[in-house]
Amino acid sequence: MTIPLSWYLIFAAALFSVGMFGVLARKNAIAILMGIELMLNAVNVNLVAFWRYRSPENITGQVFAVMVFAVAAAEVAVGLALIISVYRRHKTVVADEINLMKW
Amino acid sequence: MALQIIFILVAAVTLGAALMTVTSRNLVHSALWLIMSLFGVAVLYVLLNASFLAVAQVVIYIGAIAILIIFGVMMTRRLAIDTSRQINSTWWLAALLSLVFLGGLSWMLSNWDGFWIEAPVMAVNIDPVKQLGAALVAPNLYVLPFELASVLLLAALIGSIIIAYEKR
Repeated sequence: MTIPLSWYLIFAAALFSVGMFGVLARKNAIAILMGIELMLNAVNVNLVAFWRYRSPENITGQVFAVMVFAVAAAEVAVGLALIISVYRRHKTVVADEINLMKW
Repeated sequence: MALQIIFILVAAVTLGAALMTVTSRNLVHSALWLIMSLFGVAVLYVLLNASFLAVAQVVIYIGAIAILIIFGVMMTRRLAIDTSRQINSTWWLAALLSLVFLGGLSWMLSNWDGFWIEAPVMAVNIDPVKQLGAALVAPNLYVLPFELASVLLLAALIGSIIIAYEKR
């Protein structure tokens, strides 16, 4: 007995939904970044699962997952720099209160 | 059978930790639950024969990204220790949307023919780690995206230093 592909896909869909809830419902900007990390991880699980189950002889799926890692690292570095910069000027990290550019 | 039990345990722990990440009131706890969730994903990579990605998950996500997030939480601490409501007033809409998304995705996937396929046997003479390393530097494969990713990381590094730099 082995694990069918569906388990991984359902798991990734659930992880993505949890991350999406975090992004949509949290007030704190850093918590929103954590939600984004969860969503990126769900996508990566999907990529690797499809690589393993559909074309294990072709390494493309893993290469793409490595690229997602690099982009996630860049995204979280810039995101946290922005949050720290906003915190210094406005003393808040609540996404609702950062409305300087709102018309 | 053993693999299935491991999968179910790891998936349950990962999803539970993810749920705690998005619902915990204390942001430091939230970051620690995130680390647990990322670790669960690393175990799933091991189950999927992606050993390099499992190591990279631990080193990059847990070692760098999660620590960076904890630093961010510490540097904006006034709200981190504030244990008032951390979710906004329309959280029920977000929960509904997420559940609809999950249901829709599951329904769509269950209609797909390849949904229940089993993993093909890995050829014993192919080493995925070796293959991945060769593919990342082979000129006719992925050396250009690989270099682009490193340039992107450098640009993000310089950009974040400039954004967070404080004039004295």
